[in-house]
Amino acid sequence: MSTIEVNGRTVQADAGEMLLTVLRREGIYVPTLCHMEDMLPTGACRLCVVEVEGIPGLVPSCAFPVSEGQKIQTHSPRAVRARKTIIELLLANHPDDCLYCARNGECDLQDMSSELGVRQRRYSGAHWEPKLDLSSVSIVRDPAKCILCGRCVRVCEEVQSVAAIDFTGRGTDSRVAPAFGAGLNVSNCVDCGQCIRVCPTGALTEQSRFKNIFDAIHNPDKVVVVQHAPAVSVTIGEQFGLKTGTDAAGVLNATLRRLGFDYVFDTSFSADLTVLEEGSELLDRIKNGGTLPMFTSCCPAWVDFVELEYPDMIGHLSSCKSPQQMLGAVTKRWWSKKMGLEPEKIFMVSIMPCTAKKFEAQLPEMMHEGLVDVDAVITTRELARIIRLRGLDLANMTPVEADNPFGERSSSGKLFGASGGVMEAAVRTAHFMVTGKELKMPRLQAVRGLDGIKEAKIDVGGIEVGVAAVSGLANARKLVEDIKAGRKDIHFIEFMACPGGCINGGGQPIRADHDAVKARMQALYNIDKDAPVRYAHDNEYLKKLYDEFLGEPLSERSHELLHTTYGRRQAEY
Amino acid sequence: MSTTDVSTNDIVGAPVATTVEDVLSRFSGGNREDLIPILQAVQNSTGHLSRESVLAVARHLNLPPSKVYGVATFYNQFRFQPLGKYHIQVCRGTACHVKGSAAVLESLKRILKVEEGQTTKDKLFSLEVVACIGACGLAPVISINGEFHAGVAPDRVAGILNVYRRRAKNG
Repeated sequence: MSTIEVNGRTVQADAGEMLLTVLRREGIYVPTLCHMEDMLPTGACRLCVVEVEGIPGLVPSCAFPVSEGQKIQTHSPRAVRARKTIIELLLANHPDDCLYCARNGECDLQDMSSELGVRQRRYSGAHWEPKLDLSSVSIVRDPAKCILCGRCVRVCEEVQSVAAIDFTGRGTDSRVAPAFGAGLNVSNCVDCGQCIRVCPTGALTEQSRFKNIFDAIHNPDKVVVVQHAPAVSVTIGEQFGLKTGTDAAGVLNATLRRLGFDYVFDTSFSADLTVLEEGSELLDRIKNGGTLPMFTSCCPAWVDFVELEYPDMIGHLSSCKSPQQMLGAVTKRWWSKKMGLEPEKIFMVSIMPCTAKKFEAQLPEMMHEGLVDVDAVITTRELARIIRLRGLDLANMTPVEADNPFGERSSSGKLFGASGGVMEAAVRTAHFMVTGKELKMPRLQAVRGLDGIKEAKIDVGGIEVGVAAVSGLANARKLVEDIKAGRKDIHFIEFMACPGGCINGGGQPIRADHDAVKARMQALYNIDKDAPVRYAHDNEYLKKLYDEFLGEPLSERSHELLHTTYGRRQAEY
Repeated sequence: MSTTDVSTNDIVGAPVATTVEDVLSRFSGGNREDLIPILQAVQNSTGHLSRESVLAVARHLNLPPSKVYGVATFYNQFRFQPLGKYHIQVCRGTACHVKGSAAVLESLKRILKVEEGQTTKDKLFSLEVVACIGACGLAPVISINGEFHAGVAPDRVAGILNVYRRRAKNG
């Protein structure tokens, strides 16, 4: 323990701790544009500079270890002036189009220039109008708004081990870009959207298209069906003033109806469906000597990652489509018949915590007899924008249930939103399939929480099954390398590209820190704790779907509609 | 530079005819710290860093292509377009600057319709800016395939280029 003095107050800190961490804990706000939780500081943006007695220059607090007796001034006139100048210099060649920016109101640069009292353009930098990179179906890059903080580069390389983008050029010609300055679409980008989540400005945003959705809603010939992913109901509230970690499913359903959607379905239903199909596939592989360990396939960024980086491991991927696609397929093939509708008339919109889902939905292998499973995908953030556009107050709606049959869900399906949830849900059902009995302890603590790699050994009717849940693609790479090197004690692995799973997805409300992600996760666990139906195989409408249409898991019809194939993919610069 | 010699070839701009694979085989360790020597050797052999060669280097060192490209674009010495038949080096050292090399460079860019590091569409000329070629007494100086042109005024640039155009025509 060291004692230091901050702004005249005595503060306790661990020796060697970074000063910025201490300041944050003490409730002293020092701005930063490049700092990232749990990652080594780069000291690149210099906004967190403070004065330390005895040191002539200003020091960046993010990279300054505290030691006994230091005297620190965080908001001396000199420090504040330096910060203001930095912001003014960043603004020198930043476009003045805040009003038209997707991040208006949620932009760190905008906030800081307001906090520091920037009221005029003091410096005018060289004017340049770079082209937008609109090549990706999920992510838009606007280099003009980039302040070169490097957060996206770091998250892509260090957290995801993808490194689709990096700094190119030097000095005033520095840009963040894929290799050869190419478009994201031809790079090795896996569309996870973590770069958007960490971008402090509007330089990275999702490809946003609403028009076709509104056109469908206003088209009397179309039946517009919406599905919302398990992780959406526990985050959308943040955008409307609800406490982080509030489950807003009821008010979300109500809001979606008011937006004009004819039917509101819950993707957690098809998460239950995934549990049955994937669980059966796992047992089939164990029994019949199939490729093990089996990898989950619900996360499209992860699937893309395997196709790009580990094409030799494709055989390990479950053939199951993701819940988003499954729900689209059963809606158009089964529900349409029950409703007496032509499948072509159904327009399926999905609300996802994810940018990679946009990529997944348009893949040719997701097309069946000329019909796509899902017609349009929007992120949680985009939905919030649409709700505001329509002047609806989500927080004050009267909660309603989603529509049957696909509004029914077990809490297992809901757990898909958090890393480890797919595993937990699958283990519950696999245990039942093998033993005919429910687990005594449905809660699988070992795969819960925010750790990047979680492992457990589970006794399923006398067979010891090794399972793991991994989130973050750098962690995924580690485990895949272990398996390639001959590790054999794991049978089933859940992989999620985003750290913590979909609750921290690339399409989720930005500015979620560690605690916020934890709270979102806890919200899902709370739903599970109190749920009347906790097992996917107990979902009544799911049973009906199998009785009336699919037959049994892995049936021919299941294979036709709910399973898919994969292929080697390559960056094509 | 222990493993590769970039000193003379690089300036004259006459590539030694070897392939990227030949170069990579000389750096069999796959060490990341070899990245810059490898890029230099590749450029030395093939005249520039093509997409294919950047990708090959990335594979060889098990580095993401974005990283290799990022490093390569950081340094002025690397070019991404093949050299022209005539490689023009414009000295922008202090003495040449004082004597008006900026205007010479502008004139070259305007006539050839290329930026520094680029090659004309007819592949005849490529343009490079260098810091100082050690001929300050001749400032402002440009070098075309190693031939020095001293005291170049902007209005003389077109004439000089025509000499080379004629030379190209006459084989």
